[in-house]
Amino acid sequence: MNSAPLMAIRGLEVTFGTSRVVHGIDLDIAAGEALGVVGESGCGKSVTWLAALGLLPGMAATSGSVRFQGQELCNAPRATLENVRGRRIAMIFQDPSSCLNPVRRVGPQLVEAVTLHTNLRGDEAKTEVLRLMELVGIPDRAARFNLYPHEFSGGQSQRLMIAMALAGRPDILVADEPTTALDATIQAQILDLLGRLRRETGMALIFISHDLGAVSQVCDRIAVMYAGRVVETGAVTEIFAHPRHPYTVGLLNSIPRLDGGQDDLLTIPGAVPDPSHLPPGCAFAARCARADETCATAIPPLRGDGAAVACWHAALPNPSLREAALA
Amino acid sequence: MSPIIEANNVSRTYAGHGGLFRPKSYVRAVEDVSLSVEQGETLAVIGESGSGKSTLGQVLLGLAPASAGDVRFRDAALSPAGSRQWREQRAEMQLIYQDPLAALDPRLTIAEQIREPLDIHQIGTPEERAQRVDEVARDVGLQPVHLSRRPHELSGGQRQRAVIARAMASKPVLLVCDEPVSALDVSIQAQVINTFRRLQRMSGVAMVFISHDLKVVRNIAHRVAVMYLGRIVEEAPADVIFANPQHPYTKALVSSVPIPGKPLGDRVILQGEPPNPAARPSGCAFHPRCPVAVAQCRTSVPELHSNAEHRRVACHLVAEVRGAAA
Repeated sequence: MNSAPLMAIRGLEVTFGTSRVVHGIDLDIAAGEALGVVGESGCGKSVTWLAALGLLPGMAATSGSVRFQGQELCNAPRATLENVRGRRIAMIFQDPSSCLNPVRRVGPQLVEAVTLHTNLRGDEAKTEVLRLMELVGIPDRAARFNLYPHEFSGGQSQRLMIAMALAGRPDILVADEPTTALDATIQAQILDLLGRLRRETGMALIFISHDLGAVSQVCDRIAVMYAGRVVETGAVTEIFAHPRHPYTVGLLNSIPRLDGGQDDLLTIPGAVPDPSHLPPGCAFAARCARADETCATAIPPLRGDGAAVACWHAALPNPSLREAALA
Repeated sequence: MSPIIEANNVSRTYAGHGGLFRPKSYVRAVEDVSLSVEQGETLAVIGESGSGKSTLGQVLLGLAPASAGDVRFRDAALSPAGSRQWREQRAEMQLIYQDPLAALDPRLTIAEQIREPLDIHQIGTPEERAQRVDEVARDVGLQPVHLSRRPHELSGGQRQRAVIARAMASKPVLLVCDEPVSALDVSIQAQVINTFRRLQRMSGVAMVFISHDLKVVRNIAHRVAVMYLGRIVEEAPADVIFANPQHPYTKALVSSVPIPGKPLGDRVILQGEPPNPAARPSGCAFHPRCPVAVAQCRTSVPELHSNAEHRRVACHLVAEVRGAAA
């Protein structure tokens, strides 16, 4: 990568009590890029970002380094974090209704976010809120400014959450399963909105999801996580066309296809290991057809530049890419 | 062959709260729905939240009595819920919900829970019941060690297998599954879908599979019914409906499914949201969101017409095309 990344995560580890759930994450986020973080429940995809922003409860111990534009965020003092959170890096969650105060009108709640993160006050702040509401596609915004959260549908509430996150004009928007709770047609609208906002504002997007389909709609690059580690990363098109890690291959195979038939789905045998009883070697070895003695004893490092994979027996990269690299 | 379950023009209306000066409002959750499912067949019911698909499942089982129309189970009218005849019918029809943890009793072992329906319906001798528990647990892919455990000691996928085993214990002829794999991770979801298919091959159970996940439905269903605001708007064999959807709503639904590895392209993105079922739009309920609606759609409700490909569609414009072609 030529320019310094906007955000650089190095060796991030998170431990809850005695069980470690994130085992050393290294990730770079370039300005304006859209990174998809995928994995199943408990793989640490959400915890990684909550830890990076200092949002985990006190019982969680975080170590490693999270640098945002050269500034260290990991275990940084509260004042430093509050200058960055919301203003430079904003986060939205799966359930918008739990993020809006049910007994306050939505307009004033958005005005609060705007005054907290910008110098705008009074009518200027209200004008900014109306601009944000228009930006995220809320129809009839002037009339809806004074409504309560329960008067908005799930899709509209998610739009309000996105408007609130955009109040500080952030450089990075972290979206944690933003479309999971929504109906199919509304999900398509929100994915479309996120893609459009990124093009219009130039902000980077971290899209955390278990839905590989949704991720490939809005992201350029993808990081696949398993049991607290990144096991494969690369361009979306490359990973879907030529997955190299056996877990990525299994994950892609287990998704039924809309244009497919009714044959039995290829599954990954077994289940995700318990984070407090991880095997000494590769965490995926017990479910992997390619595993041998090496996998049982040694943890494979994430190797490769740009496109990287953490597997002792990774499939070869796309042949055309390999030839291009050699030429 | 006569169908296992048959619904004829069933409706289900819920009365909303009225006020002192406000009349009661009525929500027509299911309206004028007819369908049938045969032995060994899976009918998927798809639609968004509020489309009435879960209510339809409850009506089919007699858990929510139909306000109009009738449900027939194995050529006999469905008896009123709670009656002795209904209990006898219920032994042959089972329900599986989305959340296995809520469906299982935290204090009972998995073996005790799988055995419970056999005890309730007094099926077999105690020895036969114990044998049936082992047999059905094996069928769904549970290990013998899981049987002595309690729900919190199992993973999400294993819990859903336990729920499926309990539903299959009484050898039902009809299984209504309401979002049975939605709460599971993709790799586990695939295992459970394969389990459903294997059970159906072995026992010939008829399934009503309620889901919002079109990819899962494509893989498991023989026929698909699409619901919008309480009505079936299109019904066809799975391969036909996904390859060539005809109703504008089905087209949008099929198009809204994100395909892994494909960026946002020329997908049909529907504007607006499903309307409130209590304030149903006049005419075709879909007309405010429909990209091709004409004046007729605002005034008259399109009927569900059948055509040659075993397909039923409720759309004025599709009917028109069909009429012009004939």
